[in-house]
Amino acid sequence: MTAAAPLIDLQDVSKVYQMGDVKVPALRGVTLSVSQGEFVAIMGASGSGKSTLMNIIGCLDRPTTGRYSLQGQEVSNLTRDQLAKLRNRTLGFVFQSFNLLSRTTALENVELPLVYAGLSRRERARRATEALNRVGLGDRIDHHPNQLSGGQQQRVAIARALVNDPRIILGDEPTGNLDSRTSVEVMALLQELGRSGITVLLVTHEADIAGYASRVIMVKDGLVQLDRRQQPRPATTAPAAQEEVSA
Amino acid sequence: MNVLETFLVALRALLRNKTRSFLTALGIIIGVAAVIAMVAMGEGSQASVQEAIASMGTNILIVLSGSSGAGGARGGFGSQPTLTWEDLKAMQTEVPTVRYAAPSVGANVQIMSEDQNWSTRITGTTPEYFEIRNWPMSSGTRFTQSDIDGATKVVILGQTVVDKLFGPNADPVGQMVRIRNVPFQITAVAARKGQSPVGQDYDDTAFIPVSTFETKISKGLGKFVNGIVFVGATSAATTPRAQTDITNLLRDRHHVLPGMDDDFNIRNLSEIASTQEEAARTGAKLLLGIAVVSLLVGGIGVMNIMLVSVTERTREIGVRMAIGARPYDIMTQFLIEALTLSAIGGLIGMGFGVLVARWLATTFGWQTLIRSDIIVIAVAVSAGVGILFGLYPARKASLLDPIDALRYE
Repeated sequence: MTAAAPLIDLQDVSKVYQMGDVKVPALRGVTLSVSQGEFVAIMGASGSGKSTLMNIIGCLDRPTTGRYSLQGQEVSNLTRDQLAKLRNRTLGFVFQSFNLLSRTTALENVELPLVYAGLSRRERARRATEALNRVGLGDRIDHHPNQLSGGQQQRVAIARALVNDPRIILGDEPTGNLDSRTSVEVMALLQELGRSGITVLLVTHEADIAGYASRVIMVKDGLVQLDRRQQPRPATTAPAAQEEVSA
Repeated sequence: MNVLETFLVALRALLRNKTRSFLTALGIIIGVAAVIAMVAMGEGSQASVQEAIASMGTNILIVLSGSSGAGGARGGFGSQPTLTWEDLKAMQTEVPTVRYAAPSVGANVQIMSEDQNWSTRITGTTPEYFEIRNWPMSSGTRFTQSDIDGATKVVILGQTVVDKLFGPNADPVGQMVRIRNVPFQITAVAARKGQSPVGQDYDDTAFIPVSTFETKISKGLGKFVNGIVFVGATSAATTPRAQTDITNLLRDRHHVLPGMDDDFNIRNLSEIASTQEEAARTGAKLLLGIAVVSLLVGGIGVMNIMLVSVTERTREIGVRMAIGARPYDIMTQFLIEALTLSAIGGLIGMGFGVLVARWLATTFGWQTLIRSDIIVIAVAVSAGVGILFGLYPARKASLLDPIDALRYE
């Protein structure tokens, strides 16, 4: 162990869902720690418990037993409001189906976390524009989600995830609804965020996507089956991304 | 997120489903409009009843002579003269709750001006009569006690009689008319009083001093008052007391033995008035009740549509929670949305209600009174309805589990 506490630290975390009379274990004692700046891919078949693990790390769900500390702080007994604040300030979410608010412009979508953080209108617009520029959509701020391609929508979602300067970005199958070329673009963007110091955790079932990560965790039947570090494959399609932006 | 911003967000969410929002607001619009229009109608009917009562004069008792019962055929009240002029004087002087007492003796006569004539009811009375009936003069001055004492030949005409004899805009004060070939000088015109609740024209009448009536019209001053006595009590509250006092006084003066029926009759106009007023008030309450029910139904409509909205936007709620919305933020969002919906409905309903009240007034000739306090109350109540019926859906939304909400399809 290093002197600094790990960013994410799970100790013997289990999660049991109550389905009527039946108890369904989703996680059965996971111990895991992730340090600042890691790019982690969590892999596993559907039903393996990888999404549950992700939701617990993302403070969307609470473990049944075990301890989870984020930034050295135990989160199991935080109130709903405190969890909301953590999700707002420390975490950023990217979903498979983008989950942008329809009939709301890209800028307003990106502003939303700042609205809940209580920032002024001017400050929100400035930071949201900055985030959209960072994902290469500075010229699309007034577009509605239905006027954007899948890859562009996911980049708006990434801008929304990073607008509040989070320490961790969580992606639940972020490339699941994208074709392979736009998938690579999105992964390039996430790798770039990783290089800037943000910790990235992705859930995926595609080995190809996991190849871009510096660490792969395999989950099976609610247990960590394999945890290995690797040399990440760089996602190099920057020219293609440029092309789409200027289109 | 501050309230103004939440309000703008709510407004936009409502505009996304324009038809649905409008139909939901329509429930509130109709409810508020109904409250305003119904209260206006109720107040109007109450006011017209009060006006009718006021035109009759308040605090009035009418004392009539008894009925005749000779030979099996029984006459009506007043057919057997029992009230004497001395009784009248006694009522005035001996009963403290009586402010005025005035005789009213009448006959139907033909009144002739220079070139016109008109048949009307002429009443012989004293100046107090006009105090009791709360009846001012529109021009001239009414006759006085010295006219009574001197039996002068002066007459006060009702407005209808003036119209028929002199034309609508004439002021005939000082001119002469003849009644049964006796010339009378017009000393005043009584102000227009309108119609009684049963359609009798109060203004088709004329008044002369009671002494003049006795000498010139009924030819001879008798012992009995051949008519009725109007009594004005000191106030509305003392009217029942005055009635009892007069009854005791007259029974005593007429030597009516205990257990025997009165040989006179006293009518209390304020009783009729309060009955009518009570009826109008009950009607107004009934209308208001119906209107409140329709407002309540409108509120249930708001709750219904907010529940639909929460269900439809479950995913949105999940996303908002995932990016940092607290349960309080979600609750406020939906609450303000419900409030906006019903407050806008309330404002439109207010305008609509005022229009309906005006329309009712002009189309049916009903008197309607639009009360500003009711307008404020109706809009405030509709906003309250929004909060009340928005609370349950909003709370339901805020208690959603972020994971379940995100997974909702």
